[in-house]
Amino acid sequence: MSSVVTMVKGFVNGRAVEVPAGTTILDAAKKVQVNIPTLCKHADLLPSAGCGICIVKAKGNRKMLRACCTPFENGMDIVTHDPEIVKTRITVLELILSNHPTDCLICGRNNDCELQKIAADFGIRDDRFQRILAEIPADNSKGTIILDPKKCIKCGRCIDACQNMQDVWALSFIDRGFKTRISPAGDIKLSESPCVSCGQCSAHCPTGAIFEHDDTRKVWEALQDPEKYCVVQVAPAVRVAVGEGFGYPVGTNLTKKLYALFRRLGFKAVFDTNFAADLTIMEEAAEFVERFVHGKGPLPLITSCCPAWVDYMEKYYGDMIQHFSTAKSPHEMLGVMSKTYYAQKKNIDPSKIVNVSVMPCTAKKYEITRVEEMFASGYQDVDIVITTRELIRMIKQAGVEFESLADEDADLILGDYAGAGTIFGATGGVMEAALRTAYYNVTGENLKDVNFKDVRGLDGVKETEVDVKGTKVRIAVAHGLANVKYVMEKVKAAQKNNEPLPYHFIEVMACPGGCVGGGGQPYMVTDEIRKQRAKGLYDEDEAMEVRCSHDNPHIQQIYKEFLEKPLSEKAHHLLHTQYKSRPLYVK
Amino acid sequence: MVIETLSEDVRKVVERWKDKEGNLIMILHDIQDRYGYVPREASLEISRQMDQPLARIYEVLTFYNYFKLTPPGKFTISVCMGTACYLKGAPALIDEIRHILHVDEGETTKDGLFHLQIVRCLGCCGLAPVITVDHKVYSAVKRSDVATIIGEHSKK
Repeated sequence: MSSVVTMVKGFVNGRAVEVPAGTTILDAAKKVQVNIPTLCKHADLLPSAGCGICIVKAKGNRKMLRACCTPFENGMDIVTHDPEIVKTRITVLELILSNHPTDCLICGRNNDCELQKIAADFGIRDDRFQRILAEIPADNSKGTIILDPKKCIKCGRCIDACQNMQDVWALSFIDRGFKTRISPAGDIKLSESPCVSCGQCSAHCPTGAIFEHDDTRKVWEALQDPEKYCVVQVAPAVRVAVGEGFGYPVGTNLTKKLYALFRRLGFKAVFDTNFAADLTIMEEAAEFVERFVHGKGPLPLITSCCPAWVDYMEKYYGDMIQHFSTAKSPHEMLGVMSKTYYAQKKNIDPSKIVNVSVMPCTAKKYEITRVEEMFASGYQDVDIVITTRELIRMIKQAGVEFESLADEDADLILGDYAGAGTIFGATGGVMEAALRTAYYNVTGENLKDVNFKDVRGLDGVKETEVDVKGTKVRIAVAHGLANVKYVMEKVKAAQKNNEPLPYHFIEVMACPGGCVGGGGQPYMVTDEIRKQRAKGLYDEDEAMEVRCSHDNPHIQQIYKEFLEKPLSEKAHHLLHTQYKSRPLYVK
Repeated sequence: MVIETLSEDVRKVVERWKDKEGNLIMILHDIQDRYGYVPREASLEISRQMDQPLARIYEVLTFYNYFKLTPPGKFTISVCMGTACYLKGAPALIDEIRHILHVDEGETTKDGLFHLQIVRCLGCCGLAPVITVDHKVYSAVKRSDVATIIGEHSKK
């Protein structure tokens, strides 16, 4: 079915523009290389018309229009820059700055702040208005993200991300006028709110008002401590995003450069979360086959690698706990293997090992102490989590010329991986990786074509059927927590009415696009960027000789030498966890 | 404060408004009429019964000045900050009340006795500055009168 697109014609700064009806003035202007400044509009979110910087004039209209939310219309003659417009923008900006602290030098967003940039672009040199700051203390109750309302410019992006993109409703505007502030319902702490630490608010914040809990100092201290044996692992989604901090094209896969970098930083062992993703697949695929083929445990099986999703499920779907895969997330598996298997093999005292995970995710900071199973090695399995953004800052601080580093390999013992491990970072990737191994587990042979293209891409919910030698496996993949409800309600309705299950296997990732769009990833993400980052992972998978987790020789070795077989008693003890219903309140 | 009938009270109010557009604000009005303020427990109950996020309810509650989130005091002290009263020294009266009772605008003392609110023009500018305690009007109030006025009611 093709729909006719109506085009509208007009002018921007005297230049003819033709765009599809419904295009905003902001986007129409881009067609003729005109960037209208804005502070609140984020390409990823709906316009809120909150900041008032993007005002323009339309000839014949006495009012100034906000370009971010006004559609370009036939015959419009738009002026984006003239002395009056620029003067008005500067006044608006000065008013915003009059409610904003000036401690930029010691702010986490220093040099990477949209407000700072626009103030520099506009050449603001003095405080024209008396500065009035909100005296609201920062909220660090989560230990994952920090809410610092006095740095907030009330653009509303975090609220759109929290309420609409994620359907979490931890954040809202409270009060009005001067007293307006971002807060959980009724000024409670974030830790008492529905917040699941997904970090989408922090990834969309234009200033330092919502910022990841910075753990880089802890990493530096561990690296500088001669008593410690520092071990690092890097998640799939990080390798295709870290380059954005250094001018690489979006989606460039920098895996081997990162390995070299980690050694320069002083890590004694360099592992890869992708290896542990293969390990997760071994356990999870085995779990699926147990349930699907042997009827041991309820279906559908739901993936649990995403800690924000786990937290969400524990709060709102406590009745679905039995459907959750008990397999730990990859970086937790690697943490425990590092302090047991690796420590024994290398004869290292595990108490000296400091496991650092570089993750695209703020919720991983919460996961490492979530329950006692996160201490399965006898120590805290993963000691420190830093996000991609924190890693970028560490690289800059270390004075290493990242771009010029020669490629190196990981320490293969816990660093070798199959293509299945690397696609974990994109929505649908865990499902695809699990299906490759589950198919093998059921049939005893590998798929002829290991690509499951139906589960890739950015549709919010992807539903499909997979043929396993005549048996249909129904699957669903959801990403962005707002898309979870559809899938879960469908399962619940079927259970209630005793109908056949809509799905046998469900993958959920909390962030849109999966981990490539994670809350700890570089700023200014859009769907185009999510696609490019995912492509970086799928291309790597495509180019690999070993595409299935069970074919990874180092995975075979670790089972042979240490874990025996998937779901063995030892594997259960070290690689699996439990969940607990902790109802909060109805959002 | 535990309100034993809360769940049932909310159910009745929700029932009354549930099919009407823009019902949340009307429900909150009814709850405040019932209890004199909107207790958090009531908001939670409304959230559950209407399947509305608590954050949305608090957005509405805090946007409108009218809604109160804490129990009203036994006595409500209203200080007029209309133009005449303002010029005649109302800010100093508010300072003094804050100093004596340790409450800010819109708050109630810990003992639940006094609630402080600021109002705009009571329509008797000739008496400025004006304070009322419930329905009793005090005119041409000086800072030094405030303690006496509060004292009068503390003994009751």
